[in-house]
Amino acid sequence: MRALVVHRIAPGATVQDRGRAGYRAFGVSQGGAADPLALAEGAALLGQSPDLAVLELPGSGGVFEATAPLRIALTGAPMRATLDGAVLVWNASHAVPEGARIDIGGAVTGSYGYLHVGGGIDTDRRLGSRSAHLAAGIAAAVPAGAVLPVGADTGGAVGLCLPQDNRFDGGILRLVESFQTGLFDRETRDRFIATSFSRDARANRMGMRLNSEGGGFAARGGLNILSESILPGDIQITGDGTPYLLLRESQTTGGYPRIATVIPADLPRAVQTPSGGRVQFRFVARQEALEAEMRLRAHLKVLPKLCTPLVRDPMQMRDLLGYQLISGVTAGGAFEEGE
Amino acid sequence: MTAEPPHFFSPVIRPAGLTGVLVSFGDILSEPANRAALAFSAAVARAGIDGVEECAPSLVSVFVQFDPLHLDLEVLVARLTALLEDQDWYAAPMPEGRRFIRVPTVYGTDLAPQLAEAAAAAGLSVDAAIAQLSDARVRVQTIGFAPGQPYLGLLPEAWDIPRQTALTKAVPEGALVVAIRQLVLFSVANPTGWRHVGQTALRLFRPDSDTPFFLRPGDEVQFVQASPDVLTQHADDPDGGAVIEAIR
Repeated sequence: MRALVVHRIAPGATVQDRGRAGYRAFGVSQGGAADPLALAEGAALLGQSPDLAVLELPGSGGVFEATAPLRIALTGAPMRATLDGAVLVWNASHAVPEGARIDIGGAVTGSYGYLHVGGGIDTDRRLGSRSAHLAAGIAAAVPAGAVLPVGADTGGAVGLCLPQDNRFDGGILRLVESFQTGLFDRETRDRFIATSFSRDARANRMGMRLNSEGGGFAARGGLNILSESILPGDIQITGDGTPYLLLRESQTTGGYPRIATVIPADLPRAVQTPSGGRVQFRFVARQEALEAEMRLRAHLKVLPKLCTPLVRDPMQMRDLLGYQLISGVTAGGAFEEGE
Repeated sequence: MTAEPPHFFSPVIRPAGLTGVLVSFGDILSEPANRAALAFSAAVARAGIDGVEECAPSLVSVFVQFDPLHLDLEVLVARLTALLEDQDWYAAPMPEGRRFIRVPTVYGTDLAPQLAEAAAAAGLSVDAAIAQLSDARVRVQTIGFAPGQPYLGLLPEAWDIPRQTALTKAVPEGALVVAIRQLVLFSVANPTGWRHVGQTALRLFRPDSDTPFFLRPGDEVQFVQASPDVLTQHADDPDGGAVIEAIR
């Protein structure tokens, strides 16, 4: 069986794909990979569908063994990784011979790293998706000792990389107004925008608490409003005035008022903000948010073309031989194939 | 639930983030507004508007998720406005196939430690609080927050109590919590700002079943007082000892 044996793994690591749409009316949020951009990058590096499932690694990785020759890609928060002791470049694809061990350490920066395999992780679908939805009790974190089945790989190049991104250190997150923004008075909104927040250590796939100096950000009538639909990116203010940024696995409705919504194009940066990392918010007009969305989608489309052959250290040619054995295609050849 | 239609309120359509709109039939909970939301959500789904990805009713609103690069907000608002004018949504009937479900519930004790606190907030003795909560026949107004998790109401006026200022770290599956004249029955362990007054053995979400969601909007529920050993007896029964009958 093609599989990935898990010898050691970060707590909270899960199998993720694009999540399950269509269950909002039943109280199930879409979930899926916390950083969908990283999901798309891995799919581009391996030349396969972005619908395939991957392993999401929060904060650090683990030790994995291939039971068959596999192609892998590593994306998202950069982590120190080796293959049988040889350094693996992040944001790149690699060949893993049968029996080889992938050792992925802690995140250098950012929050969520991703281990992709050619053919995808082939666990059972529930409600149409392989994504664990921890908040809903659908599937669970992957434990040490697990054997993750890997689907059939249509094959393709390895030894490709994508440019390193800068979304792993927090920064400016753009907001659009929500239907509850008006519950917060002008002074509170202005102060919110002027405040620099740090991501609390207690973040998860549902959301992250944002800490700041100074007072909270209470809304008028804040504890007695009707529960209303939530979408990923909403910034909820709890009773004591603390903001929480709600993510893809958040609850579908909630009664704490939302001051604004982070635009989808900035959610990868938001979720990748490391513990203690700083973020600040800026309101943008709807048109600017739409243009950001257009740019993001155009970027996703050209990702396969942005993959370039890794420039190799001759000391690590062993890896180069490895991938020729598996695919018979050199990195350069695949690059010329384009999409 | 308030019986009078909220004539003072005309439905409003507002953007929700970049990828959603919210159609609201009220700013407070009323039965006509809740019925309007349930019926309008079904109508939006049936309309099959190109670019609409998902719609879901909440208590008195409908959330419509769409692709803003495929469908202009203005076009969507125009389509929804036309749909709103089709009929008097406040007069829409309740959904078909409703059921009345009586669920054994332990009030207070270690299983539901905030009963006394909630009773005090409602200005009631603990006994009066149990009597009111266990007598109330409440309706599922919407499913939300977590898988298959119902918001139920309306409770008597006294229960118009606010949420707590701080979140309770977690209440367990089957927990009955209260705030703002509503009950919520938890389908999975989760943090909450509502007060934990009762505990049931009901499993609302069964991800491996063909019918993963036990309750539907429109179902009516009574949380009948039971002793802790009744819950123990029904620990292996996903229905938690609930008695179900059809509403005709």
